This record gives sequence, structure tokens and C-alpha cells, in this order.
Amino acid sequence: MASIAGVFRRPTHPAGVWGWITTVDHKKIGALYGVTAFFFFMVGGLEALVMRIQLARAGQDVVSPEVFSQLFTMHALTMIFLGVMPLSAAFFNLIVPLMIGARDVAFPRLNAFSYWLFLFGAIVLQSGWLLGGSPNTGWFAYAPLTSNSFSPGNGMEFYIVGLGVLGISSVAAALNFIVTIINMRAPGMTLMRMPVFIWMTLITSFLLITAFPVITVGLIELYFDRTFGMNFFNAAAGGDVVLWQHLFWFFGHPEVYILILPAMGIVSEVLPTFSRKPLFGYEVVVLSGIIIGFMGWAVWSHHMFTVGLGPIANSVFALTTMFIAIPTGVKIFNWIATMWGGSISFKTPLLFSVGFIAMFIIGGLSGVMHSIAPSDAQQQDTYFVVAHIHYVLFGGSLFAIFSGIYYWFPKATGRMLDDRIGQVNFWLTMIGFNLAFFPMHFLGLDGMPRRQYTYSSDMGWDIWNFVSTIGGLILGVAVLVFLFNFFLSLRKGEIAGNDPWDGRTLEWSISSPPPEYNFATIPTVHGRDAFWEEKYGHGGKVPAGVSPEEGHQGGIHMPSPSYLPLIASLGLSIAAYGLIYSFAVSVVGAVIALAAIYGWALEPAAEPAGRES
Amino acid sequence: MFNRPHLAVFVALLALFGALLIVGCNPDNPQSILDAKGPVAQRQLDLYWIIFWMALFVFVVVGGGLLYTVIRFRRRPGQGIPAQVHGNTKLEIGWTVVPAIMLAVIAVPTVISQFYISNAPSGDQLQINVTAHQWWWEVQYPDSGVVTANELHVPVGMTVSVELTSADVLHSFWVPKLAGKMDIFPGKTTSMWFRADEVGEYFGQCAEFCGESHAWMRFRVITDTPEDFEAWTASQLAQAAKPATPEATAGAGLFLSKACIQCHSTTPGVPTAGFPYPAPNLTHFGGRTTMAAGIMEMNAANLREWLSDPNEVKPGNIMAKEARAYTDPASALSSDDIDNLVAYLQGLR
Repeated sequence: MASIAGVFRRPTHPAGVWGWITTVDHKKIGALYGVTAFFFFMVGGLEALVMRIQLARAGQDVVSPEVFSQLFTMHALTMIFLGVMPLSAAFFNLIVPLMIGARDVAFPRLNAFSYWLFLFGAIVLQSGWLLGGSPNTGWFAYAPLTSNSFSPGNGMEFYIVGLGVLGISSVAAALNFIVTIINMRAPGMTLMRMPVFIWMTLITSFLLITAFPVITVGLIELYFDRTFGMNFFNAAAGGDVVLWQHLFWFFGHPEVYILILPAMGIVSEVLPTFSRKPLFGYEVVVLSGIIIGFMGWAVWSHHMFTVGLGPIANSVFALTTMFIAIPTGVKIFNWIATMWGGSISFKTPLLFSVGFIAMFIIGGLSGVMHSIAPSDAQQQDTYFVVAHIHYVLFGGSLFAIFSGIYYWFPKATGRMLDDRIGQVNFWLTMIGFNLAFFPMHFLGLDGMPRRQYTYSSDMGWDIWNFVSTIGGLILGVAVLVFLFNFFLSLRKGEIAGNDPWDGRTLEWSISSPPPEYNFATIPTVHGRDAFWEEKYGHGGKVPAGVSPEEGHQGGIHMPSPSYLPLIASLGLSIAAYGLIYSFAVSVVGAVIALAAIYGWALEPAAEPAGRES
Repeated sequence: MFNRPHLAVFVALLALFGALLIVGCNPDNPQSILDAKGPVAQRQLDLYWIIFWMALFVFVVVGGGLLYTVIRFRRRPGQGIPAQVHGNTKLEIGWTVVPAIMLAVIAVPTVISQFYISNAPSGDQLQINVTAHQWWWEVQYPDSGVVTANELHVPVGMTVSVELTSADVLHSFWVPKLAGKMDIFPGKTTSMWFRADEVGEYFGQCAEFCGESHAWMRFRVITDTPEDFEAWTASQLAQAAKPATPEATAGAGLFLSKACIQCHSTTPGVPTAGFPYPAPNLTHFGGRTTMAAGIMEMNAANLREWLSDPNEVKPGNIMAKEARAYTDPASALSSDDIDNLVAYLQGLR
């Protein structure tokens, strides 16, 4: 080993910034995901605010139509791929091993690789702002507006390559979580004893590995059209522009559930804890999650009700879409029943979760309205749809994510987020959100199409646009309040202790923040809500201290840090830029990535000196 | 569960929410979908109201249940651990079956209406072919041979069948008061139908993002009595009016010398001169009520604004980018030129 140690030596406990760069610890990677994603969430929010200011009154000229097109395209891409998805990934990383009683994910270095590739993919996607123009065709990028003749420049390349890189990151992360959840559960944690958050992570991960290949096919075809003059989407040469829509939404609708299922998982953990009752109808909630995930594949054409697919196709997709309302409704009823008869504590996490249910009812109902294909022909592509997606993605996903942040912040940092500031944060979010997005229903019914950079005052759209802008600004303030709370509490927050909420799941049985190895002895699980059962009677004890067997083997073995995941993802990102600018650069990047992966495979399991626990 | 006062409160709440939601919209707005003026839009609106009231009912019941739950079961001082209830099979079956029945009820009119709006009724029909361009509408009447742009005249009470295609990117044809959208694609045709039951002028707009000036791709549908429609058709088939004033005559000369005519046809029935770009037929331009694809009223001041700087009015449009008058400083339009062109164009009735 000594002869190649110079190349393959693993870093030994680096401190400071190198500790973060070489980390393979799921908690640190979760923190990196969270901070990066929240940064991009704010970027997406700023993009939204610029648009809201432009639309506050008729005929304004705050930004040009070209910039406005880039803003609404990038706002959606940023929020979906760089905000909500990686915020969910942050929870997966932070919480999944803790909840299933594991010491890390199955593939710690692959986990680091996923994060770095996410960061670099985000940079590729955003680089249009500095390199001559971002994509400007809307996030679903309908052909042929995306062809060279209508979108010259590199905007669409940033879209294609950026999403491609992010896709690799997502698929790698999803495979990691599937293997982790299936193989690394603590003894006794059968599938039907897993917390619902773990179930939703598992379903989401399966959706990720099945959905991303579909969009990748579309992206490659678009890349070939633009770069090699092929004709997948060129109608004049016999291509088919509608093909893109099928590929996009066949990915795009499962993607919607990729965004909402983790949120449902978070809410399913928060409500029982703060009601001091187990989740009502656990089996039904799990099953409905599986049905939602499965049916996500059978409804894509409801995004295409005005494409002219014919009355039979429209009717079928209307019915499958309506069907999804049933398992979704079942979840809502079970959440309410969970609180029914409980002892509800109105801490910030609960407020956001209850807010989630309320807003998701509205978003769900407007979703059912959209499933009525004939009348949807009026709502399609209007602000009514914009209202709907924000009620499910902001009122839904992001409310739940805020709930999760307030809930698990003490576990991750050892300190509580301030609850009084949290209450202000919640009510500002609730008021700002409804002011910003409810009026969009009215705008849609008053016939305002989405994606117009301005409008004339004779259309009657002024007042609700103005109200919406005020709401957007209040939402901006709410996010600032959150940031203030975050930084204040990080330094001065109340010390949390192991179990500040009287929690039900295993993560609350260990210290806050958890030690690097999480569990000194892997716990044995005797039922659902394992930690609650231990505290209140029925279950076995969660053991403390290192088990004698491991003690004999030299203590707990944890994976060592590594810089190779970073280098591999950097190589891939260089290769990605090469696809835009020069294939020679791609070759260089690919060689770097391959060398790093080769080194990764040969890297010794621990630093040569070995180490103590 | 409900006794009589509870029921009254519930109905009052439902009505209040409904009223609040309804006053948020103004059916008088030119593109309101709540003011149907033809059978297709009416079908869509009827369905909308059914699902609206069902959704509102569900919202008040479920949202009310949520609100009641969080208030009724808030933690009280000294409260112990509540009963650990894990589920209830009858309830689960109930709240699976009841929504399923409600959805089955709405599914029936959904499917029936979908077939109704997808298939134009047989019988007397007016056929119109529309070609969408970035950012204007070419309109052809294959039976009479009329060609115009951005304004569709149709006889009141007659079924109108519209065939749609695109010359460039995706667009979507939408006249909210008459019918929902139909998307438009290059390389294929889609079709839709509508009927207007009242004489009037209806706003339409492109509803699929189609590039920089998507916001400014509007149009009008103007319904005439059968007699007026006959007269309009005849007038559209007539040759362009000769310039009547010296300014207009000068303008006609400029229309040739500045090469406007290379793209803009002034011959009735010819969609576009088309060299090198497609552009609206202007034979009876002055007779239209709006200009620049339905975005401004037809008058001298607006025409002047348009001709002075078309890119300001409609960013990215081809005329501003390619026409000699706007690209070649030697051919730029003087203020007098513009006055003359305005006189000529307004005279094209």
C-alpha cells in the first residue's frame, strides 16, 4: 500500500473548511444541501420579486421582455431543482439514517458526490446570468421555441446541460437512499414500522430514478437538434414538436410528486409529535403515498388538455387525474384525525404543518378543478394555474419544509429556533402567501395568461396584480425574519437537549447534535414510534454506550473523509461546460472524472494509520 | 352531527365564502371566463360552477373540520397523554368512498362536455383558417376567399369551425367569452369550434408562451348580423381603395419605395406578399378597429407611434428588426413620411 499511498491517501480528520470539503458524514452533507438550497431558494425568490414589481401596475418597464422571460424561466427552474428538491434532499440526508437507526447512508462517498454534483449543476444552470443570457423559454421549454432559430445563444445549453448534471446528482442520491432504507434499518424496524417520512423518502427516490431518465432522453434529443442539426423537434423536417411535451410531462408530473411527497412525510412526523398521538391510519397513509407515486405516471397529459389529443385521451386523463384526488384526500383526513382527540401544542413546527394542510386543501381542490378537461381549456396557461401550482408547491412543499426546519433544527444544531420569532415568521408567511397567490385565481378567471411581461390597463387586471405584489413583498419580509431567527438561534438559541419535543422516533433518543457515529449501539426496534414506546411503556430500551462486540473490534468504524467525490463531480462539471463550448474541454473533464472514480474505487477503506473510535 | 342552527351557520358560511370568491372577479372584464357568450364557453362555465360549488363545499367542511380540531384539541395545562388511537377502518372506508362518489358525479358531465366541445355540430358552418405568427394572426376564409389579419368577423348564431396552424413556434387560440383554448403547432393543424350568440366584439389572446412579445399577441372576434357579415365579406373582396388625398398618394409611393409591399400584400385574397417575411395583408387595413394584433385602437396617433418605433410597441417584432425603413439609416422614415403613410394606411378601407 505504501507505494501508492501518495495518490490514494485519505485525508485524516481535516479541520475547518477542508473538513466540510472532504466530508462523507451524512449530517454535514445534509447541512451543505440545506444551506446551498436555501441560498438558491432566496435567489428564486428575488427573481419572483422582480417579476412581481414589474407586474404591480399595467405597462411598467422595470425589466425588458427578454429579461422577464429569463426571470420566469429561471424562477421555476431555481425553485424546483435548486430549492425545493435539494431542501428535501437535505432532510433525507440529515434525518433518514437517524430515523432508521443507522450510522450513515449506504454509500457515504456517493452521497458527497451527489451534493457536489448538485452544487456544480446549479452553477451550470445559473451561469447564463453571467455568460450571455439564461434560458428564456419557460421551464417546460416547449419546442420549437427552443430551437437554434428561435433561441440563439447558449441559454438553452445551460438548461440542457444544467438539468442533465442535476439529474445525475438526483439519481445517485436516490439510489443511495433506496439502498440505505432497504438495507440499513435497525434490527426490528420492518417496512411497516418505518416512520412515514422514511416511506415517503423511499417512494420519492423510486420516482427520481424512474423520472429523470425520461427528461434526459428529451434533453439529449434537444441537444442533438441544437448541436448536430438533427430534427427530433423540427416539424419542417418531419420531427414532432408534441413529442417534447410528452417526454417533458412524463417526467414533469412524477416530478410534482417528487416535490410534494417528502413534504407529506415531514407533516406526518410533525403532527403526531405535537398532538402526542400516533399517526392515524398509518397503513392507509403509506398505501396512499404509494398509490400517489404510482398514479403520478398516469396523468401527464392533463398538462396537455389543449393540445388537441382528442376527446378520448382528454377524458381518460381527466378521470385518472380525478382518481389521484382520492388518496390525496385520504391523507388529509388522516392528518386531521391524527390531531383529533390529541393534545396539540402550538409550536412553530405545528403551525407550519397545519398551514400546509390548509393551503394544500385549496391547492388540491383547484387541482381537481383543473382535472375537468373541458373547463380546464379556459384555465390552462392562465394565472389560475399559477395560483394552483403555488398553493401546492409553496403552500404545500415549502410550508412543510419550514415546518421540518423548525422541527429538526434542534437535532441538527443542538439549539432551538426561537419560537416567538417563529410565530411571527409563520403568520407573515401565511398572510403574505395568501395575498400573493389567492388573487391569482381571480386574475386567471379574468383571463390573464401567464408569462406576459406586462399588460394594458383596459384589461381590468391592475388591482389584483397590485395586491399580489404586496403579498410577495410580505413573503420576502417573512424570509428575512426566518434568516434572522436562524442566525440568532444558531448562536444564542436555547439549548435543546436530546428530546425537546417529546419525540416519537429514534433520532430523539440520541444527543443533539448527534455524534459522528449517531448511535453508540444500534438500537433494536420493537414497534412503530420506537422511541415513544420506550419512553411510555411498551417497547424495549434504546441502548446507550458501545456494545461489547464492537468494543472488542476496536470501537465504532466510520468511513473516512475523501476528496475524490469532489474531484469526480468537478470533472463531470468541466465535461458539462465542454458540451456547451468545446468538446476538447469535455474530454479533459471526462478524464479527470474517470481518474477520480478510479482512485475512488482503489482508495483504502481508512487512512493507513487506522483510527480509534 | 348538524342540528338546525349549525346547518344555518354552515350555509351562511358557504354563501359568504362563495360571495367573496365571486366578487373577486368582474365578468365585465373583456377576457372574463365568467361571462360566456356562446355555447362552448357556456358549457365550460356550467362545468366550472358545478366544480366550484363542490370544491367550496369540501373546503368549508374539511377546512372547518381542521379549524375545529386544532381549537378543540389544543393542549391544556396539566393534560396527560391522550388516548393513543391508531386508526379506524370504517372511517377510512368512508372518506375513501365519499370523495370517490363525488368525483364519479362530476366525471359524467366532464366526459359528455369534452365530446361536445371537441366535435363541432353538423349543419351550416363557417370555415376559418388561422395561421399564427410571432406575434400576429393570419385569417383566411376558404369559402369566400377573404384574407385579413388579427380580426375575425363571424355571423352571429352560426357555428364557426376554426383550423389552426403555426408558421413558427407554438401559440394558442383563445377567446375567453366564446371558447377555451386550442394550441397551435407548426407542421400540423388543430381545430376547434365556437358560436357567438350575441352581436359584439370579443377579446382574444395567444395563451401559449411564444417569445418576447407574447403579451402583445391579441386579436378580436367581431360578430355581425348575417346582413352585415355579407356586406363585410363583399367589402373585403373589393380592391384596395385608391389614395384620396395628396398625403395618402405620397404615402402610397412610400409604401412601394420603402419596400413595405415586399411583405405586406395590398391585393385582396393574397395572404401575404411574403418576401422575405410573412406579414399581414393590408388591403383593408384602415377598416379594422384595432392594429398591431389587437393591442391598440386603430387611429392616427397609434399608427404614428407604431410606425415611428415599432420595437417600442412590440419588442422583437420582425418589421422593427428587418424592414429597410428601420435598419438602413438612408431609408429611415421622416416625420412627414410617417404622416403620409398614416394617411395612406387609414385610407385603405
